[in-house]
Amino acid sequence: MTKSVLAVSALALCVAGAAHAGPEAEVLHWWTSGGEAKSVAVLQEEFAANGGTWTDMPVAGGGGDAAMQALRARVLSGNAPTAVQLKGPAIQEWYEEGVLADITAVAEAEGWADVLPASIAGHMQCDGTWCAAPVNVHRVDWIWANADVLEANGIAMPTTWEEFNAAAAQLQEAGIIPLAHGGQAWQDATVFEAVALGILGADGFRKAFVELDEETLTSPEMVAVFDQMRTMRGFVDPNFPGRDWNLATAMVMNGEAAFQIMGDWAKGEFLAAGKTPGEDFLCASTPGEGFLYNVDSFAMFAVDGEDKQEGQALLAELIVGENFQEVFNLNKGSIPARTDVALDAFDSCALLSAADMSASSESGSLLPSYAHGMALRGAQSGAITDVVTQHFNSDMSSEEAVQQLAAAVANSL
Amino acid sequence: MQFLERNLPKIMLAPSFLAVLIFVYGFIAWTGWVSLTRSRLLPRYDIEGFIQYERLFDSPRWDTAFGNLFLFGALFIGISMILGLVLAIFLDQNIRAEGAIRTIYLYPMALSMIVTGTAWKWILNPGLGLEAMVRRWGFEDFRFDWLVNSDMAIYTIVLAAIWQSSGFVMALFLAGLRSVDGEIIKAAQIDGIPTWRIYSAIIIPSMAPIFLSAFIVLAHLAIKSFDLVIALTGGGPGFATDLPATYMFSMAFSRGDIGQAASSAMVMMGVVFAIVVPYLYSELRAKND
Repeated sequence: MTKSVLAVSALALCVAGAAHAGPEAEVLHWWTSGGEAKSVAVLQEEFAANGGTWTDMPVAGGGGDAAMQALRARVLSGNAPTAVQLKGPAIQEWYEEGVLADITAVAEAEGWADVLPASIAGHMQCDGTWCAAPVNVHRVDWIWANADVLEANGIAMPTTWEEFNAAAAQLQEAGIIPLAHGGQAWQDATVFEAVALGILGADGFRKAFVELDEETLTSPEMVAVFDQMRTMRGFVDPNFPGRDWNLATAMVMNGEAAFQIMGDWAKGEFLAAGKTPGEDFLCASTPGEGFLYNVDSFAMFAVDGEDKQEGQALLAELIVGENFQEVFNLNKGSIPARTDVALDAFDSCALLSAADMSASSESGSLLPSYAHGMALRGAQSGAITDVVTQHFNSDMSSEEAVQQLAAAVANSL
Repeated sequence: MQFLERNLPKIMLAPSFLAVLIFVYGFIAWTGWVSLTRSRLLPRYDIEGFIQYERLFDSPRWDTAFGNLFLFGALFIGISMILGLVLAIFLDQNIRAEGAIRTIYLYPMALSMIVTGTAWKWILNPGLGLEAMVRRWGFEDFRFDWLVNSDMAIYTIVLAAIWQSSGFVMALFLAGLRSVDGEIIKAAQIDGIPTWRIYSAIIIPSMAPIFLSAFIVLAHLAIKSFDLVIALTGGGPGFATDLPATYMFSMAFSRGDIGQAASSAMVMMGVVFAIVVPYLYSELRAKND
């Protein structure tokens, strides 16, 4: 008897659920590792608290390659997810395929244009309409250091590349690996773009890696960038090829190495090991003016059905909402994309990042990271990375690298 | 009923024939089509000519990958066959514990390439494996850094692949050696012919078909090598150990350049055809004669 009552009430619940169709969202993302999964769960809870039904679609693996594969299959079969973790020019690429939705109504109601830095807002717009919602801002051009090692050797955080080279030579003499680095193509590219920003300056960087201006790509300054990369090659240990970035971070943590050039996800590793910024480890922007950002965002795909569209609007509103921006970024180690969030709970590195972002946004040196797929489409950024990693891992001359760079970029268009 | 009887084999074969027609030849044709377009993120179908092939052969990374295929293929197939043959001949000398030794040599074949690649990555890592071990024994100047040296890294892949496959080749050859008629060998021994002559003039020539099968098996392993490279070097340092398969994968799945991936896949297929077609041709001709 009780069984049948239960069954009937369960049935009734199902019917009620089907009749009342609240906002629905299916979200494709690859935030599956510990801290990231926790961050996305925040959004999930908030969505449920607003009466929505969240269908999670995490696809792990390959830094998003596997997720993109799943997305391609879904789009080709005419059944796109509501929202997809996408970033940079990839959003525009999907827009050109004609599959993105227009969420301008939400964006205008929430006043996104006033709270997001202009260059970041630009990535979220497709031909003047809003089509994506930004989640966070990672800064790429960071240099991390072990505070004790620097103190023991009487070294200050370098503010020019010459200072960096001098400090590195001194550390090498003392038997410490100056630069912790992992020889994977994207890590080579990360160091390269930090060096390029420092030597080319913000305008030169924009010309070279956003506009692909051939004159800048083959300029003597670009030769100097590769020369500095050759110098840095001497500062890494012989064992670097294939090393993962977090192992390189661990080398800085335990004092085996002094510096690492890596985005602010490295901070997460330091914090997870119980280190304090400013005491155990130091953070600073790499030498030179500017700010290279890597913005995670959710692109909104065109979906049918009122409940799904309602879900999409709710999701977009929550993603850029102050609460989620704060909680998510505290978990992930990045800073909020909107500039009006109170930063009291954030650490000193994040505060520095936020201050630099505002300053750079005003001076026009807030630039997209090429190494993390914010500045260029896959084919072009891949072609540049091929040359960078080939140069770093062989004895190619800087002049030859510059020529190959121009040829590879032309070939990839 | 009679119709059914006459056509039953055809009816039974039809579904698999259809499946092969669509999923093998149909998709080859589709890839060929896409390789002639400017497809990026999603396939497009407006034919633009041979632009993707021009881009492919202009790309230094493809040059490296394609060159590596031949270097890796030649060394891997050649050394595996020689080593397999030598091991098989040694094992053929009626030695003690042959079964146990044979199993040991054959065992690497039971591992997947990912495991082989990961194990060798640790063994060859200069700071962790062989080099570090010998240095700790006191030979401070010992160097074995092939894995991290972009000129030598491709040879580490050859090394691991040979380790994996030579035991299998040995088993093939051992079966071949055992199948040679014992009477002929005894007759040769009675005539006082030295053992090495028995092998080089009688046994090995009579094993020609085994050589061919071993070659075909190893050649297709070489061309489709992918997981070993991913596990051992990830294509690095730089892209020094890229092979066509890894090139195609990165173009299709991480660069959003489907046109490039399709054209490289077509070139890979051309290489496979260049090896397989003469083989099929000689096989079919032998049957028709």
